[in-house]
Amino acid sequence: MSTEPRNTLYGVLGEFDSADALMAAARKIREAGYQCFDAFAPFPIPGLSEACGLHYGLKGWRHNFVPQLALLGGFGGGLTGFFFQYWVNVYAYPLNVAGRPLNSWPAFIPVTFELTVLGASTFAVFGMLALNLLPQPHHPLFTVPRFKRASNDGFFVCIEATDAKFNLAADAKFLESIGAKFVTEVRDED
Amino acid sequence: MSEGPVNSPEIRRLARVLEPGYNYASVTDKIASIVLTRPVSLGWLAGFSVSFTVLMVLLGSIAWLIVKGVGIWGINIPIGWGFAIVNFVWWIGIGHAGTLISAILFLLNQQWRTSINRFAEAMTLFAVACAAVFPGIHVGRPWMAFYMFPYPSTMGVWPQFRSPLIWDVFAVSTYGTVSALFWFVGLIPDLATLRDRATNKPAQIIYGMLAMGWRGSARHWHRYQSAYLLLAGLATPLVLSVHTVVSFDFAVGIVPGWHTTIFPPYFVAGAIYSGFAMVLTIAIPLRKAYGLQDFITMRHLENMAKVMLATGLIVAYGYFMEFFLALYSGNKFDMYLVDQRLHGPYSGYYFALILCNIITPQLLWFQKVRTNVAALFVMSLVINLGMWLERFVIVVISLTRDFVPGAWGRYQATFWDYSTFIGTMGLFVSLLFLFVRGLPAISIAEMRELVAHKSEGDE
Amino acid sequence: MDGMSDHEHKIDQDNHPPNAEERELREYPLDLAAADTKAKSGTGKQYWRSIEELAGDPHFEDMLHREFPRAASEWDESVDRRDFLKLMGASMALAGMAGCGRTPEQHIVPYVKQPDGLILGKPQQYATAMPFGADAIGILVESHEGRPTKIEGNPDHPSSLGASDSFAQASILDLYDPDRAKTPTYAGDIRTWANFQEVAQGLATSQKAVSGAGLRILTGTITSPVLAAQIQYVLKLFPQAKWHQWEPAVSDGSREGAKLAFGRYLNTVYRIEKANVILSLDGDFLSSGPGHIRYQKEFYRRRHLSGPGDEMNRLYAVEPTPSVTGSAADHRLPLKASEIEAFALAIAEKFEDYATKLHPKLSLLFSPNAVKFIEAVATDLQKNRGTSLVVAGEQQSAEVHALAHAMNAALGNVGSTVYYTEPVEANPVNHAESLHDLATDIHNGKVDLLLILGGNPVYDAPRDWAFSDFEQKLKKVHTVVHLSSHYNETSEFSRWHIPETHFLESWGDARAFDGTYSVIQPLIAPLYQAHSAFEVLAAFTDKPGVGSYDAVREQVKAILGGGDVEKNWRKTLNDGLIAGTAFAPVEAAAKFSPANLPAPKTAAKEELEFIFRPDPTIYDGRFANNGWLQELAKPTTKTAWDNAALVSPATAKRLGIGRTIASRGGEHGQVRSSVVNIELAGGKVTAAAWIVPGQADDVIVLPLGYGRMKAGETGSNKGFNAYSVRASEALWTATGGKLTVTDDEYPIACTQYHHNVEGRKIVSSASLEEYKKNPNFAHEKDETPPDGLTLYQDFQQLGYYKHYKWAMAIDLTKCNGCSACVVACQSENNIPVVGKDQVMRGREMHWIRIDRYYETGLPTQTDDAKNEAVEIPALYNPPAYFQPVPCQQCENAPCEQVCPVGATVHSAEGLNDMVYNRCIGTRYCSNNCPYKVRRFNFLRFQDWETPSLKLMRNPEVTVRSRGVMEKCTYCVQRINNVRIESEKDNGGVGREIRDGEIVTACEQACPSEAIVFGDANDPNSRVSKLRAQQRNYNMLGELNARPRTTYLGAVRNLNPDLEKA
Repeated sequence: MSTEPRNTLYGVLGEFDSADALMAAARKIREAGYQCFDAFAPFPIPGLSEACGLHYGLKGWRHNFVPQLALLGGFGGGLTGFFFQYWVNVYAYPLNVAGRPLNSWPAFIPVTFELTVLGASTFAVFGMLALNLLPQPHHPLFTVPRFKRASNDGFFVCIEATDAKFNLAADAKFLESIGAKFVTEVRDED
Repeated sequence: MSEGPVNSPEIRRLARVLEPGYNYASVTDKIASIVLTRPVSLGWLAGFSVSFTVLMVLLGSIAWLIVKGVGIWGINIPIGWGFAIVNFVWWIGIGHAGTLISAILFLLNQQWRTSINRFAEAMTLFAVACAAVFPGIHVGRPWMAFYMFPYPSTMGVWPQFRSPLIWDVFAVSTYGTVSALFWFVGLIPDLATLRDRATNKPAQIIYGMLAMGWRGSARHWHRYQSAYLLLAGLATPLVLSVHTVVSFDFAVGIVPGWHTTIFPPYFVAGAIYSGFAMVLTIAIPLRKAYGLQDFITMRHLENMAKVMLATGLIVAYGYFMEFFLALYSGNKFDMYLVDQRLHGPYSGYYFALILCNIITPQLLWFQKVRTNVAALFVMSLVINLGMWLERFVIVVISLTRDFVPGAWGRYQATFWDYSTFIGTMGLFVSLLFLFVRGLPAISIAEMRELVAHKSEGDE
Repeated sequence: MDGMSDHEHKIDQDNHPPNAEERELREYPLDLAAADTKAKSGTGKQYWRSIEELAGDPHFEDMLHREFPRAASEWDESVDRRDFLKLMGASMALAGMAGCGRTPEQHIVPYVKQPDGLILGKPQQYATAMPFGADAIGILVESHEGRPTKIEGNPDHPSSLGASDSFAQASILDLYDPDRAKTPTYAGDIRTWANFQEVAQGLATSQKAVSGAGLRILTGTITSPVLAAQIQYVLKLFPQAKWHQWEPAVSDGSREGAKLAFGRYLNTVYRIEKANVILSLDGDFLSSGPGHIRYQKEFYRRRHLSGPGDEMNRLYAVEPTPSVTGSAADHRLPLKASEIEAFALAIAEKFEDYATKLHPKLSLLFSPNAVKFIEAVATDLQKNRGTSLVVAGEQQSAEVHALAHAMNAALGNVGSTVYYTEPVEANPVNHAESLHDLATDIHNGKVDLLLILGGNPVYDAPRDWAFSDFEQKLKKVHTVVHLSSHYNETSEFSRWHIPETHFLESWGDARAFDGTYSVIQPLIAPLYQAHSAFEVLAAFTDKPGVGSYDAVREQVKAILGGGDVEKNWRKTLNDGLIAGTAFAPVEAAAKFSPANLPAPKTAAKEELEFIFRPDPTIYDGRFANNGWLQELAKPTTKTAWDNAALVSPATAKRLGIGRTIASRGGEHGQVRSSVVNIELAGGKVTAAAWIVPGQADDVIVLPLGYGRMKAGETGSNKGFNAYSVRASEALWTATGGKLTVTDDEYPIACTQYHHNVEGRKIVSSASLEEYKKNPNFAHEKDETPPDGLTLYQDFQQLGYYKHYKWAMAIDLTKCNGCSACVVACQSENNIPVVGKDQVMRGREMHWIRIDRYYETGLPTQTDDAKNEAVEIPALYNPPAYFQPVPCQQCENAPCEQVCPVGATVHSAEGLNDMVYNRCIGTRYCSNNCPYKVRRFNFLRFQDWETPSLKLMRNPEVTVRSRGVMEKCTYCVQRINNVRIESEKDNGGVGREIRDGEIVTACEQACPSEAIVFGDANDPNSRVSKLRAQQRNYNMLGELNARPRTTYLGAVRNLNPDLEKA
């Protein structure tokens, strides 16, 4: 654990003045061959993710894994639900209740269903958070004051330093060239 | 804005779900300011202190209940269930509208849901909280209520999964959890907004924690949307299942007046019915108090009125079928019960119920009524009352006249029945007051989307 | 004082350091001094003395070392120890503790189990007898570690034949009643027995001087030879003394009737089982009066149907108000009490013996309906000469009794269905006159010393003898000594009050209704400083302090004569009676002819007739403080905790008496009824009215026993006091009263108000004729699905219920609603008393209830008295059916399916078990129970504090607390006891449980053998045989709950000449 303050370059941030501008920019950056970049908007913009090259596949860092997780959770919950009841009533604690058969499967359906839904939804939500690496209280971008507007009416793009063809000066120029009205470097400092 | 003679302001108002002249920033300002900058108003203080007092009444009643036992209520043999179960079903029913609006209307891509779904969901949560009070305290030994959960006990005993009450435990807790998740997921972007706009440190820290570092990146939005869509998809069957399961509490029993297959659909319809009524009951004062008429427009109110009319008719059909099936089946117990509803000692309740739930809502056929805020408000209260009466009729009247005439009895609520019921209203309203002050009552992010759509529309 | 130092000395001598008990003991007098501020120095001494006495008590050591710790802990648990002390007083408390589980001094012999010693956890049964009026009910008492807990009938005893009634069952609660008087008192101050004995000797000597001229003894009816001998001995010592008797609820009619008929007092004994046709003239021989338990047994043995081939006896009842007997009758005619005599004459008139001599045209006095009835009865009686029987009611006049005797003679029944013996009472007198003489003597200041041995004259004497100003009179009496279990109204006015021992606490004897000599042996030493009448009398003789033990021994010896005295004694105690001591029939020469009677007249139309009746549950008031009997719904009115002025529906309408069902509790709890003011015999009383279907019009019934002022916590200030309008010349039937209806309403606790089966498959009935024609009547319109009609294998097929399959069959033909089973169940299963308020909310806890339905042929829903036009004629005289409803122990139990925690599940033998520990009290099971037999502890109904009640509980049954559901278990504790025995049998090899080995509490108590429990897998068991009958049906069979409790359709032996009344 080094004690001297961190001060590493995170990337270069450019702000655009409309959703459409952001879309265009994202598309251009991608065509320019950048891999590690991200766009930021105060509300979900249809097509932006595609513009950034995100897809529903399982390969690469851009994957969206949420539906598969939900499916998993749903199956898990449902199966657990039913077979737990089956086990309790037939093996663990078999009782003659109202002369009903031990395996009164129709009576087990409601609980099975509820647990299916519970499993699926919890997996979906917590899966989403996990894949988004949330919670994440600190992020370099928060050091940029203007970035606050990302949650209000600002549209940003950030090319990250981890990108293979990252070059601070060049990329800043590039961003301006594609219509960023404001460009700044983002340092991971504290 | 200028309106020509052709389209009167009324018509344009109705057409809109968001008044013109808003951009992203102004929407954000308008809504966030209620939470962040607006000073605590006297009205809020007064309202909250009143509702909090009523909440204390609830706590007092529960304390006395624990001390003395459920005998302080009016229940007896044969009427083993009274107000507690009536209130439970009523509250759960109210909850349904929230999930319905946010989930089903979302799937149907109804834009007009945008400005009401947030507090509708909140209402759902609070209603479920109120409902959840009752199963716990209505049992004879509340401190043993945990027996209903399947935990590995040292005695090796397990719950009895054939009992609808166990289904209830799972249905209600699942419903509560999923609604909470749904609500919270919807809140995350707005929490980020509040974090970024908050001026004082504590607010920044609290909202910061809750926002979990949301940055609105494309990846975030990407997964966020699929998660939200999935939740909506899951919540839809769930919300239908919850009241179905609640109706099983009665339909699975053999008591005449309970044991009928019509219950699940007609309970669900009834739930939505009362739910929308409650949304109106809250929305109308809310938009007035915080000047949100531009976001919660007349169109919202009218649409909700239409939903109430539709579900109200389904409920009416349910009542009719109960009668028809009793007579058609030739089951002497059911026929006798039908007769009791009309002529028995509780017929007054039954006719009041018909008046509130079937006759009054027919006024909603008229646009004049649908677009009259005051009328809608009164109507919503009437329907809430009617739905409570419906549950009373089902739970109590059926039990007063079951199989063995020698064991027939009657039920009269005691002071503690009423105090507990009114107390839960205190709980409900207190939570609402805290909600409108602490969180954006309208989804800011979704409003921005709306603005975006509008601007596209205008171009 | 030296006594005290004595006792200090005693403790100091103990070589081990003083321990808690001893410190407790030292503090004792201080606590007391604090407890009773009234304590004067003189009385202060008494406390020390009493401690001293205890120190001298042979059981003190024993008590100190074994019992005291338990007692101490009991005190600490109890809420307010100080009040408790105040109540009991120190010496009493100590004695009480000594009482817990202390076995009596004398050797008594267990009935069934081995006599030697006592095996912990193993209950023992002792035979004894409960003296009750002119009868002794032979009982067996179950004792746990020396604590009597349950009373059952003694099969060997002629008066019970193994059954019992609600009074006998409930008497155990009287023993442990916390309100019992606990110490002798002088003018309200605590005294000791020794102190009383001193005073008594003093009084005795002063009486000796005047040879007892100022001594009077007042007792109730006494059938005890030993006590009678003791009284005679006192009378010998004090030749001028007099013995008076007063029993408020026993009428002189029967005594004087015999005198009228035979010229002397004789005792009438019926042989009901020999009678084919019985006419009851306002008689309630099935549920009250000497021998009623035996009579009920015999009566219903003649109504046992094993198939359509069997015959039944036939009962005609004529009575002013529905009694248990009347409700059981095949034909019943409501008549004013004053018309009974004319009715009897009209019957007799039809006998050829009298046809010419009697007053002609008697029948003109009656309605056509009644005349038809008279014709039919007369014919039927004569058709059955020698096998018929006429029974006159206790409350009827001497003339009616004489007429009954005459008719029995004329019908040749004497010697076959009825015989006469010497009186069972030791000293039969006319109680009315006897008490009147006493009152006069007191009035004339002739009485200095009055011993009231039992009874409560200040409360229950007729008003016109001004016992109400007894206080004034007592100023004239120097000393009144009152012996009674409670400090009651009379004790108030008596200088000395001595707590009376319960019959389970003292030695004694009594003669049964037929004269059989029965021994009363104590099961527990007196809980408090209580003493028997024998001892109180002894205190005035030259042999003070002599107990009745030796006297009883002597008596037994005298009866059995020579032989092995010890062996005889043990055998007598073992049996509880001496066989063959029943009085021999005497030849009674009739000195009476109906012709001598003046021509009777019937009462003027619409003139109200007020009749008094002992209350069906608290009798003459002696059971007023007995919670079990107070909460027991009265068989014919289904009301509890109050008495009410009973009126017929028509009269109610005429007088404007109404009632409304309160919404709290409703039909199953609370009915608000008109309040009426009654002015009669110069008295005035305000009473709630109650409408009784089947009551004679213009008759107001005033049940005795309520309106007690000093009965105790439970019994005080309940109902109204009918004695306050009871005049000596009209003890049972009075006219000339005034009844005014007020606007007030009074809430009556009514456990069943809806009396219409609404055409449901609940009670099925038929006449004997119909039954013979259609033995399958119970299955008419039966929708019970056939067995095995299920998608799944049911548990029977899966091999459950293979070994034993417990089942219960209840024959509705035999149930008359006497309710002995209800109290028996309450006693066996530690069922709490909930009180009037809770009963009015529909929360009474009885595990077995008796539903009462009227066969009114009414359309449904006339229960709200909306539809009087239809109701009143239909309710003029409706046949009533009684249906005991315990848990039906369904095989497909609806309650089990809905319990979320599996607190009620099925056992392998098919019992519907209730798991109290697991129950969380959702009450869903009760909602889903079609028979509504489940009971819920809405509040903490059970009394956990009162020490004496802890002694009473059955240790084999869980004491339920608040918030759990409970219900009938088929007495599972009894089942398991027998199972354990059977498995240990044959030297551990084990054997099958025999039929009849397991007897549930209700079955055991039932005097009519209507309830039969057993193994349905054993084809030869009684229950299987009953279930095999065609009359056997499932209640609400269409629900397919497959109840194990089944019912046999009620059959009435109707007279073809009379269409269904």
